[in-house]
Amino acid sequence: MTEISDTELLETPLASLHRELGARMVPFAGYSMPVQYPKGIIAEHNWTRESAGLFDVSHMGQAFLVGPDHATTARALEALTPGEFAALAPGRVRYTLLTTDRGGIIDDLMVTRPLDPAEDGVLGLIVNAGRKVIDYAHLAARLPADVGLQVAEDRALLALQGPKAAAVFARHCPAAAAMGFMTSIRTEVDGVEAIVSRSGYTGEDGYEISVPGDAAERVARALLADAEVEPIGLGARDSLRLEAGLCLYGHDIDEATSPAEADLGFAIPKRRRIEGGFPGADRILGELASGAPRLRVGIRPEGRAPARDGTEIRDASGTLVGIVTSGGFGPSVGGPIAMGYVAADCAAPGTPLLLSVRGKDLPASVAPLPFVPHRYYRKPSA
Amino acid sequence: MTTYFTKDHEWIRIDGDVATVGITDYAQSQLGDVVYVELPEIGKALAKGDEAAVVESVKAASEVFAPVSGTVEAVNVALTDEPGKINESPEAEGWFVKLKLTASDELAELLDEEAYKAFVETL
Repeated sequence: MTEISDTELLETPLASLHRELGARMVPFAGYSMPVQYPKGIIAEHNWTRESAGLFDVSHMGQAFLVGPDHATTARALEALTPGEFAALAPGRVRYTLLTTDRGGIIDDLMVTRPLDPAEDGVLGLIVNAGRKVIDYAHLAARLPADVGLQVAEDRALLALQGPKAAAVFARHCPAAAAMGFMTSIRTEVDGVEAIVSRSGYTGEDGYEISVPGDAAERVARALLADAEVEPIGLGARDSLRLEAGLCLYGHDIDEATSPAEADLGFAIPKRRRIEGGFPGADRILGELASGAPRLRVGIRPEGRAPARDGTEIRDASGTLVGIVTSGGFGPSVGGPIAMGYVAADCAAPGTPLLLSVRGKDLPASVAPLPFVPHRYYRKPSA
Repeated sequence: MTTYFTKDHEWIRIDGDVATVGITDYAQSQLGDVVYVELPEIGKALAKGDEAAVVESVKAASEVFAPVSGTVEAVNVALTDEPGKINESPEAEGWFVKLKLTASDELAELLDEEAYKAFVETL
């Protein structure tokens, strides 16, 4: 990335707004993105946990699978992922994985079945910025002839996250207030056509808001005009998702890691475990049944020194047992936190570990994930 | 007391034969929120350019190199519990180490405040 100069980087429709807000822009996945605003990562992180943070995630890829009917499109996506889409109800959102034939992970993504029967046969996809090109080529090569891939290059994506997100957003989009977690509607936000889902990647309640790129700045400014809303950069997005125990593609998951190793078995429902029929099913289902050789775990270093991505992990006897894949400081935890892969016999919470940081073995232990409890919206029971 | 600077964004305040070393306001603003500092042991002999300390922000770890040669006479232990002092008061309470100079002729290679300010303007 370092050899790419600023002039070659892509920008989102909110780039000039970020600069106006005083953001420090950094290269990320080929885009110039705000890593932080003047208040800084810790203040932005804490604001999101206490109020509502607005994130520009327009660099992520938005696309639609378009087939003749839901069953056909769902079958096409099920051939490429271990998810359950045939039974996905209209208006529901699922987290899933594109898997390789060897059981690795091409990308993790969100899949939405539109609520409106007029969109029968459509599934919305949101994929990682750094994997767009690979994902789209993979889909194009493997989809059946009657299911097309339509990339929505002209749409922007905002995320409004935090305990006050629902109260704030109801003023801009009244229809969103009644939404359940992991549901999606087509609606209007401040008069702008939008696809809104109640979801996010911070561990907090909130929404992801897809709007036409040329209206994104208007919507962002309207949301930022609320006293409860502050702009939040990628730095805090990373510390929030790490505290929430969520994977970052290219760090915690990649084409060499399987969903079983990554502890993402929740994304593989019962029917797919029984039937298989997705790329890498032999390895993935085998590991789910008899245990993966290594597992993604939370790691809590003792003391204050953070252990970064790439740090070697040893057991108490000094044997190399794994590697850190994400590590840093958790503002809500108040200390260093990490995730990484360790040998299965070292994966139980409480297992003592040693982290090799600058030539020293720092004591640490396996910690349950998430580090900070999820506070996703739960609909009150009727 | 004279204060010198480096292009690595360190400041060096000279009092007799002791140099107090820290990072500049520009450096802390570039680092962002500091969450951890690793300081050298007292008595350690540092040559100019040796790693004197490690400072970690939320995002990344960075080395602080000895701007001049010297023996570590004191370290700012308050930073261990309050690394945020480096952001709040980088050029006073946020000092890192005091070095007893062993090659005071190296001071001639450092920037004065005016030259450092001019350098930052170019960034």
